[in-house]
Amino acid sequence: MNLNQPLSASTEATDAASIATKNAGPVLQGQQLSCIRQDRVLFEQLSLQLSYGQLLQIQGKNGAGKSSLLRILAGLAQPDDGHLYYQAKPFAQSLPAYCANLCYIGHQSGVHEQLTALENLRFWRAAATLQPADDWALLAKLGLAGLEDVPCRMLSAGQQRRVSLARLWLTPALIWILDEPFTALDQSAISLLQQHMLEHLNKGGAIILTTHQQLTLQFQSLIQLELAYRW
Amino acid sequence: MVSMVFLQRELRLLARQKADWLNPILFFIIVLSLFPLGIGPEPNMLRIIAPGVIWIAALLSVLLAAERLFKDDYRNGVIEQLVAGRHSLLAFVLAKTFANWLSTGLPLLLLSPVVALLLGLEQAALGAMALTLLLGTPLLSLLSVLGSALTMAADKGGILLALLILPLYIPLLIFASSAIEAASIGLGYQGQLAILLAMLLLALALVPMAVTSALRINVS
Repeated sequence: MNLNQPLSASTEATDAASIATKNAGPVLQGQQLSCIRQDRVLFEQLSLQLSYGQLLQIQGKNGAGKSSLLRILAGLAQPDDGHLYYQAKPFAQSLPAYCANLCYIGHQSGVHEQLTALENLRFWRAAATLQPADDWALLAKLGLAGLEDVPCRMLSAGQQRRVSLARLWLTPALIWILDEPFTALDQSAISLLQQHMLEHLNKGGAIILTTHQQLTLQFQSLIQLELAYRW
Repeated sequence: MVSMVFLQRELRLLARQKADWLNPILFFIIVLSLFPLGIGPEPNMLRIIAPGVIWIAALLSVLLAAERLFKDDYRNGVIEQLVAGRHSLLAFVLAKTFANWLSTGLPLLLLSPVVALLLGLEQAALGAMALTLLLGTPLLSLLSVLGSALTMAADKGGILLALLILPLYIPLLIFASSAIEAASIGLGYQGQLAILLAMLLLALALVPMAVTSALRINVS
């Protein structure tokens, strides 16, 4: 019995390793990135890399450039200097493949207030060309049972956030970029999301996030990057 | 399939925000009903000004609907999501355009018999007006989607939008009103219709691409 335990652990490890070798090397790489906003250098000469299975937490004060960095990493904005690579190919060639493998959730929720939670989910599924599935169960899991067909403008900020984060349960994308995902969420939703992030990392996904809150779960592959506030 | 879901979404939104499309239609009717009152019910006079007046009212009412086309989706981040996902932006634009035509262009077409009555248009001119509206309103929708996409990030984009797209409406105004005028004095108007059709096809080929680029630029 005692012998069996390490054995099963090692098979799990080889499973994870096989995922890692299949996507060998860093999946996302930024070299010498710099970003200038309103004549202020937010960061320069910033290099980072992310492999599958890793969680990269970007820290820094308000205005340090965290969101700008995330938008650059998501391909939504251009860095003022530097290069980005997806699976060792420059963004110029690999951007379509990268975007197809990316789920970005920014400050804005992406939730249309006039539509219900179900209709919003249906729209994202269509936009990501996913098959329809049981959205009711997903919304119930997110604590929105009974609110499925209420227009989202009637929901509280935290509930709207939950609708917005539901995308993380829909998407097959392996790379997640989350800008302050815990904003407005209550404790139970925060732990639900962290649990989901942990599962995603164990499945071989990669996550970049910013948050001012302490992560309550233990993420073994956590890398932290501190952006200094510069004048 | 994707476009159908998007179109359903747009139609659902229109059903929930009725003011967005009812206001332009009412505006069109009100403006046209004021002309006989202001100028006088003299039939010959009305017949002369009718072609221009109808099309000017149509342009302005479409412009009224254009400003808010992308505003909500821009503000709540839907467009950012679509740009980040990179696919289905074109389907989104096409669904928007078609829904805009259904809600502002098509009603003008359906109202054309009423308009003809108000301005004393004859049978032949009514046919010409309906045909120019049929070819012209999709073009109006395409151009207003373009203007709306370019100005969606501007806070008070209304006047900017008008400055941007009214000049693009001018060729349409000239040829459409000239077609109605020709019909009302018994001349052929196939030439004008052909030009309208050419403009529509050109816009149909180029505008969706321009709109997707405009959305991308505004988000980044």
